[in-house]
Formats: sequence, C-alpha cells, structure tokens
Amino acid sequence: MIDTILLNHGSGRGLDELLHTVILPEIGIDSAAPLEDAAVFTLPQGRCAFTTDSFVIRPLEFPGGDIGKLSVCGTINDLAMVGATPHSISVAMIIEEGLDVALLRRILRSIRHESKAAGVSIQCGDTKVVDRGKADGIFIATSGIGIVPAGRNLSVAHARSGDAVVLSGPIGLHGIAVLSAREGLNFASTVVSDCASLHRCTDALLKASPHTRIMRDATRGGCAAVLNEIAEASGVTIMVRQSAIPVPPEVAGACSYLGLDPLQVANEGRFVAIVPAEEAEAAVAACRTVVHGDGACIIGTVEPRGRVAVLLETAIGSRRVVDVPSGELLPRIC
Amino acid sequence: MNSAAFNDPTTARSLVEAISRLAKRLPEVRLMEVCGTHTMEIGRLGIRQLLPENVRLISGPGCPVCVTPAAYIDAVAELALFEGVRIATFGDLFRVPGVRRSFAQVKAAGAAVEIVTSPRAALELARKTHGEVIFTAVGFETTIPATAAAMKTLTVEGLDNLSFFVAHRLVPPALDVLLADPSLCISGFLLPGHVSAIVGAGAYGALVKRGVPGVITGFDALDLLAGICCLLDLLVKKEVAVKNEYTRVVPPQGNPAALRLIEEVYDPCDAVWRGIGTFPESGLRLRPHFAAYDASVRFGLKATGEEMPAGCSCGSVLKGMILPEQCPLFGTACTPENPVGPCMVSSEGSCAAAFKYGDRQ
Repeated sequence: MIDTILLNHGSGRGLDELLHTVILPEIGIDSAAPLEDAAVFTLPQGRCAFTTDSFVIRPLEFPGGDIGKLSVCGTINDLAMVGATPHSISVAMIIEEGLDVALLRRILRSIRHESKAAGVSIQCGDTKVVDRGKADGIFIATSGIGIVPAGRNLSVAHARSGDAVVLSGPIGLHGIAVLSAREGLNFASTVVSDCASLHRCTDALLKASPHTRIMRDATRGGCAAVLNEIAEASGVTIMVRQSAIPVPPEVAGACSYLGLDPLQVANEGRFVAIVPAEEAEAAVAACRTVVHGDGACIIGTVEPRGRVAVLLETAIGSRRVVDVPSGELLPRIC
Repeated sequence: MNSAAFNDPTTARSLVEAISRLAKRLPEVRLMEVCGTHTMEIGRLGIRQLLPENVRLISGPGCPVCVTPAAYIDAVAELALFEGVRIATFGDLFRVPGVRRSFAQVKAAGAAVEIVTSPRAALELARKTHGEVIFTAVGFETTIPATAAAMKTLTVEGLDNLSFFVAHRLVPPALDVLLADPSLCISGFLLPGHVSAIVGAGAYGALVKRGVPGVITGFDALDLLAGICCLLDLLVKKEVAVKNEYTRVVPPQGNPAALRLIEEVYDPCDAVWRGIGTFPESGLRLRPHFAAYDASVRFGLKATGEEMPAGCSCGSVLKGMILPEQCPLFGTACTPENPVGPCMVSSEGSCAAAFKYGDRQ
C-alpha cells in the first residue's frame, strides 16, 4: 500500500502500481481495461469547443473545494462560457515527491465526483513525479472538449451599447476563502469558496436569453478583470452600480482589513453575462432557478465607449474607475 | 469594517450639501490626509468628485511602505541572497523597488522571501526554520505595538535565529516637520483613525501650536465626509483645534497599554523618510536590551542613505507638493506593473490610488 509518493512512482513498475492501486480506482476508471496511448471516441454532431487550463493553488485543500474540484470546474466553466455543453476532459498531474497519498486520494475523489456530477467523461490523463521542491504538492493540467449547440455565437467582442450586465451571484468568496486558509485569518475562517461547475446555470441563461452576447467566468482578477476585458474587446464602456453588486459581509470585512477591492478578488463559481436589455430580466430569473445562479442580478449597463473602460457608480453617488489588478493581490500591513 | 450605516447615501448627500455651504465661505483650501488607508478610500469612494472646486484633498506621507528608505530595501535584498537567510516581510513591501532591486526581484533570483501578515507569523516561521529569519519591522503606530509584542515573545522564547530590522516611523513628529515647511500651504489635516487609536487625540498638539486645525476621522464614506465637513467648519470659524470625529474607535488618551509596550521595546531616533528627508525623533530603534535580536547589529545592516531611483518624484508627492499626475513618470515610465517609486507600488500609495481610481482629472 502506497502512503507517500516516491520518485519511483513516476515510471516503470512504480507508476504501474500508483495507477492501478490509487489513481484509476479513485478517479473511477476500470483499471482492468487496457490503457491506450490516446482515447478514441465519437463526438455528437456540431461545432466543438476546446480549452486547456492548468491549476496551481496553495493550500491544495480549502473551504469549499480542493485542487481536484477546481481543475474540473475550471475546465467545465471555460467550455460553458462559450455556450458549449461539456463533453470530455483530460487530466494531467505533476506530483511532487513526498506528497501524502491520502491527500492525493481526496483530490482524485473530488475529480471523480465533480466530473460525474457534471456528466463529463475523463477520457485520458498523465502522471509525472518530480523531485521534492520542484512542485508545490501537485499541479494539475486539464483540457476539455464541449459541443456548441447550433445558433450559439458568443464572443468577448459582442457587447453593444444598451446591453445589460448580469452577475450570477455574490462575489469574492473563493479568493477570500483561499487567502484565509493560507494566511490563517481567523476572522474570515467561515468563508467558503464558490468553486462550482456553471454549465447548468449558463444553459438556463442561454435558453431564457437566446441573444446573450458574452459570458465570462470571473476567476483571476475578479469581476474587475472580466469587465475590463469585455469593455476593451467590444470597444464600449461598462457602468456598474456598487449598490447592485452582492458582496457577502464577511468578504467585505476581510477586504476592508486587507486593503483589497472585492471586485478584484477571484471567484471560481461566478460569471458575468452581457445580454440585450430586453432579455435581462428573463436571464436573471432563469439563473435563479439553478443552484449556482440563485444570487443572480443585474449590476449595470453597457454604454458607448468613453474615456474609461469600466466605471463604478458608488453608493454615495460618485463615480470611479474600476481597474484591473496589477498582479497577485498582496495583503497590506495596516 | 465597512458597514451600511456608515455609508448611507442619504446622510452622505446631506453632508456633501453641508460641505458645499461651508466651502462658499472659504477661499481655496488644501486639506491633507496623512493616512494611506484614507488616500485609498477617498479614491475608492470617489470623494473628490463630490467636493466643491475650492476644496482640494492632498495626500501626505501616510503610507508606511512608501516612506521606508530605498537603502533599507537594498540592504535587506542584498542580505536575502545569502544562503540560509530567510526574509519575512509584509506583502505591500514585496514589490517596492529600492535603488538597486526589490524583494520580488531577489526572490526570483533564488532568495528566500516569505510574505507574512503579522509579526506573529514571523515568529512561527522562525520556530520551524533552522536558518536565520529577518523580519522587516516597518509601519506606523498601528503596526508598532504588534512588533513590540512579538519582540518580547521572541526574547522570552530565546529564538536565536530571528531578528528584526526596524524601520518604524511615527506620524506626529512627521506632521510637525511638514508644518514647518511654508511652501506646503496646508489649511488643515484629516488625521489618521487607526494611528490615533494608539497615540490618542492629544498627540497632535504641534498642529495647534502652529495654527493648523485637524480632524481625526475614520474610513467609511460618512466618516470621511463628516471629517471634511468638520475641518471646513473649523476653518470658517477660524478655530484652531484638533477634533475627533472617530470617537467610536479613538479614545482621547489613545491606547495606554500599547503605548507602554512601544516604550518598553523601542527608543525614538532620527529617521529618514524616503524622498522627504531626515526628521528628528520620527523613527524607532530597538532598546539596547534587545540588541541581540536587532538585525542591524547582528548583520551590520544600515539603511541611512537618502538615494532615490533616477527621476522619481515620490518625495514631492509624499509632501503633497505635486499631484501624482504631475510627476513626469506617472503612468508612462512608472506604472503599478513597473513601478519606479514606492507611491506607485504600495497598496496605499498616492500614485497607486490615482492610477487605480483615476479620479483626479
């Protein structure tokens, strides 16, 4: 029984043992079936969406998820944001020598659970083991394929003046949960990451608002980064109202203490959608029927391009720029 | 903590109206905030847009990271490159450039630099590390009691692999020096809420002596607007006083226990404020009793130079003599991604606030 990852688990009989006693059983793949060099399968008809992503996070487990769940949700969400129905994913792991196998098992079970719940097949994978100190426990790289139903044509460049800005729920939970777990911030210890697969929510939204222009998950850089990307790519100005943006009190408190802007804090289960104004109410109502969209709301409007890409109307009636963060968010000293 | 009650739009509107009425009775006034958190919140809340044209908010040297000497950063960065040395530092000091380099740059070159959120975390790091850990003790009165407490724990535990390199700065002596400079023309001060919670309202006697009013205020929209309103009211009445608009946090006597702790561990000393100069008794050094845990003693570290990166106007910005946008490097050679001076990189720097919230045009 393997309890710690050793260098020899990266090749030969060691790898074989790791695959057949840990990885394949935990991830839910029949370990008796022959392992081919590539998965061969048939896709339903239609256009495909194809994405790739890599995941590094410390700590590997955090309130509301772990790197395994994060990697599956992140891949599914990238597919969902272009209107695709997620179909298959690949999972490659770079494991650091010395990783506790009990932790690896928990991560693998998360991958299995999340992909099964989302109805996505894990078609292929890879495992490498590197020297201690050459990786942060485990790095995961994924790719995903989805099927885009006919008539769906979303692009970050499609926002038009007059459109409405929809947000799928409260912001900042993932970033604060991870920061809290990493830094031991007791006051924010109740914050749970929003890490979730969003394809059911985006599907509901697209059915209710068939002319949706854009959907983007607000991951690194938070809503601020996504809104700026949309404004720049579409050549518009986006105006959002502070009073309309749901910020949970514990996130607001932690941000105030750490000198962070909730709009710049990462999410892993929230997206921004740009929809025609006349479809906005229906889009929000549809999101609210789905578990991860129950906090959906309209937070602003798209305007003709002005001097600034994204503006926030504050609760006290002033306006200020919403900028993209300049790098990793670092907590301040006082 | 922000709370809805201290950001109520209706009350905010009536305060803005009161500010406008008072401003009509005044010539142009320059109000300086000397707290980095005030600078950031004023930008984040878009307060400047709500003020009449003749009420100008000027940012002062209120960001502890911005006034930490470049020579300090260079000295620590150089030490960090030695084998077996680990630096424990606050996040906002991490990317601040010295004259030669930043901690972020030496970390990329292989140095062990760890970001901590409290001096206690530096203690924990030293407990689980065999090599030398150097903690960068920077910050104003808000941070000093915590580093003093950690220093006491350190000596009790006898953790001989941890030392502090101290560059603490004190706000009231710096205000005194600013007031002595007639070129600054400051009509009044918005005084820092958190620092005042430690030093108390009585610490600003120098303001009154020099004939300039001040108001201690908090960080929510209504705190800031009420503070500005109160300051304008003092100016209209030509009353020179220090008022406390943040009584829910700041008692008149400050925090005596914290002040005792500071005195127990540190002695005042003359100190360099980056880009501004050396102010008498405006910094702290460890008392001789703690010399064994003083990194400047253990490693012969010195941070006395006043050198600045070429072309950097942070000194003039910190004194409120120019606005961030008036620096020729602002937004071109100096951006948050590639900062030349500390005001652009610190999360509380005036230039970072002006760049981020762009509310000064």
